[in-house]
Amino acid sequence: MKGNTKWAPLVVFILLGSALTYGLAKPDTTNIRSKMIGASVPTFTLPPATPGLPGLSSSDLANGQPHLLNIFASWCIPCVAEAPQLKAIADAGVPVVGIAVRDRPEALARFLARNGNAFRAIGADDASQVQMAMGSSGVPETFVVDGKGRILSQVIGPINPQDVAGLIAEVKAAR
Amino acid sequence: MIAEAGLAALWLGAALCALQLIAAGLAVRGESELAAIVRPVAVAQAALTALAFGLLIWLFVRVDLSVALVFENDHSEKPFLYRFAATWGNHEGSMLMWVTILGVAGAAVALFERKLEERTLLATLGGQAVIGLGFYAFLLFASNPFARLYPVPPEGRGLNPLLQDPGLAFHPPTLYLGYVGLSVAFSFAIGALVTRDVGPAFARAMRPWVLGAWIFLTLGITAGSYWAYYELGWGGWWFWDPVENASLMPWLAATALLHSVTVLATRDGLRAWTLMLAVIAFSMSMVGTFLVRSGILTSVHAFAVDPERGTFLLVLLFLYIGGALALFGARVGKVREGARFDPVSREAGLVANNLLLSAILGIVLVGTLYPLILEAATGTKLSVGPPYFNAAAGPLALILVAIMAAGPLLRWRRDNLLPLLKRIAPAAGLAMITLVAVKLTAPSIRILSLLGLALAAGLALASVAPLWQRNLRRTPLFVWGMVLAHLGVAVSLAGMACDSSFTVEKLVAARVGETVAVGPYSITFDAVEPTFGENWQALQATLLARRGGGEALRLSPQARTYWAPPTETSETAIHTAIDGQLYTVLGKQAGDGRWQLRLWWKPFVTLIWAGGALIAIGGALALIGRLWRARRRPQEVWL
Repeated sequence: MKGNTKWAPLVVFILLGSALTYGLAKPDTTNIRSKMIGASVPTFTLPPATPGLPGLSSSDLANGQPHLLNIFASWCIPCVAEAPQLKAIADAGVPVVGIAVRDRPEALARFLARNGNAFRAIGADDASQVQMAMGSSGVPETFVVDGKGRILSQVIGPINPQDVAGLIAEVKAAR
Repeated sequence: MIAEAGLAALWLGAALCALQLIAAGLAVRGESELAAIVRPVAVAQAALTALAFGLLIWLFVRVDLSVALVFENDHSEKPFLYRFAATWGNHEGSMLMWVTILGVAGAAVALFERKLEERTLLATLGGQAVIGLGFYAFLLFASNPFARLYPVPPEGRGLNPLLQDPGLAFHPPTLYLGYVGLSVAFSFAIGALVTRDVGPAFARAMRPWVLGAWIFLTLGITAGSYWAYYELGWGGWWFWDPVENASLMPWLAATALLHSVTVLATRDGLRAWTLMLAVIAFSMSMVGTFLVRSGILTSVHAFAVDPERGTFLLVLLFLYIGGALALFGARVGKVREGARFDPVSREAGLVANNLLLSAILGIVLVGTLYPLILEAATGTKLSVGPPYFNAAAGPLALILVAIMAAGPLLRWRRDNLLPLLKRIAPAAGLAMITLVAVKLTAPSIRILSLLGLALAAGLALASVAPLWQRNLRRTPLFVWGMVLAHLGVAVSLAGMACDSSFTVEKLVAARVGETVAVGPYSITFDAVEPTFGENWQALQATLLARRGGGEALRLSPQARTYWAPPTETSETAIHTAIDGQLYTVLGKQAGDGRWQLRLWWKPFVTLIWAGGALIAIGGALALIGRLWRARRRPQEVWL
């Protein structure tokens, strides 16, 4: 081996080592921008999750009107915490629809009776299939969907009281 | 007292390791009276770490809760085997095992290596001591396994139930023997770079050590793959998880090294390249250890996420890999160029093998680190999944298999294309026939699987071809080893192709009494009952599987709950038939009373691990054959 090629492995390793050093030094962040933003919601049809409210399908989301889509479950504690905010958003005239993940009709009915019902429709996603297709990995998560069924933004975790005004404005702006 | 004795043994071992380094260093520089103590010191050092490791095992078996590590990872209600295995089912214990194996490997070199030139051997033992010192420091300053705990808690915190499996007792030690065994090849390369003694004799001395580590690595990866397959309950056998990649990368480098060292031993070629591979193989082991221990990549195996330890390991990584590569750059120019060879020759085939293995290694390395590199460059987060690895490494692996079929049929130094084509024709013909036959019977098969099956058939025939017209009783054992190992690759490849293209998967929500058809079986969901074991309780399904008009088989998958710590796992139930496996998992109960069942029929999937075992057995035969011959004919050059 001649010339500079014999140093090549060392150079490659130093580059590699720098990447590892960076990996160790970087701050841990959980702020991940969803790849689904700008994409259409996946095609789905979900049966009603609880008696008295209709189910939800992807065509309901593409009816020309923007929606706030909330993925939640009656067994999820943060979902209880965000219920008042959802109710406030719904009371401001925003159509809120829901997908209930791995839930039971009677448990869901109790949840809505206790925490208030913000939803116009709730689909039952018993196997988390629609949840996963939406790029959601947990509950609660909330999506702003425009009138053509495209995802405009995603909130991971519960909606806080200070987020309410912004979300209302965002849905209203999304004609 | 036991813990204090263990810690003392560890400190003494570290001191002897320093002595080993100083004595070896001075002896290589000419202080020949120090040469005599290097070997005994290496052996004593190994005995001390082994003592420390033995004492830690004792603490775990006795569940001595005054030791913090035992408290964190042990539990008095755990069965004996798992208390024993819990010793290395945690960060500190596994690092102590690492250092122990490192010491024992050095001692083995000191005791048994007689072929290497004395100065190179001393430099090698010095190299082993350099590595040892760093990891002793890591143990003593950043991961003390013997730290005490006060007040003494009444009960331990148990162990991850996923790890409560006989697999854990054997998988990590086997893998570590392979990982750390490669340190010997690394130290040999350091020794050779220091003394510039690179040639066939050096290669013949190094080969058995590489082979030994490689056998354990092969066994460890094979066993780990089967363990993940039945324990995780996802029906897959390889997930391209960073930690799996961390074990695959040293294996790829070691496999390349195994073949290049043969060129060096037989034809005195590929000198610099062989040294480079020896450095890379163990470097990959260390990178793998770093990835697993630092937690910079998310993985199921990362049980010690601690940036401080990560930093320590990273410094070691820079020192050792950087140091070895710098030594390589400075010294390799002085290593005489090796012998030349023809483009059509056994050497050329082995070079192609080496280049392809290195390319696959590069692909796996890039895929494993790409998320990190991309985030460093642009701030975007993403993960690299099986689609990348399969698409990038798959085709290269298939070309490698094709070359592998031809390689052993090539002559050393110079061969002619025409006779070679004649020799390879039967295997190529069989591959073509398989290709057509599979395509006709399964028209929708994916291209990689189709090529995989065809090449597997061709390779199977080609790999036994070296035995053709040979007196089988006088065929050397290492030729049998090569034949078996190559045959193992064919078997394993066939299993992978069958699994990826013919697997039938059923995800059903079933009520008790319902019957589901999966592949050739019809499965009746007979019952769900509670059951319990030593430290868990479970819901156990009874599935009756019938094939044709045959007797019903009883399979009992479980959804288990452990209580220390409280964790839920699913225990798969697997039935192995001659032509595949029926793989069943019990899931959750839905609101309406139905149970989720995941059922797979996986034709010929067992071939994957049978092939892995064959590869390891082939390696073992080759090792025995080489050692046997070296003992009988120590002077022979053409091994």
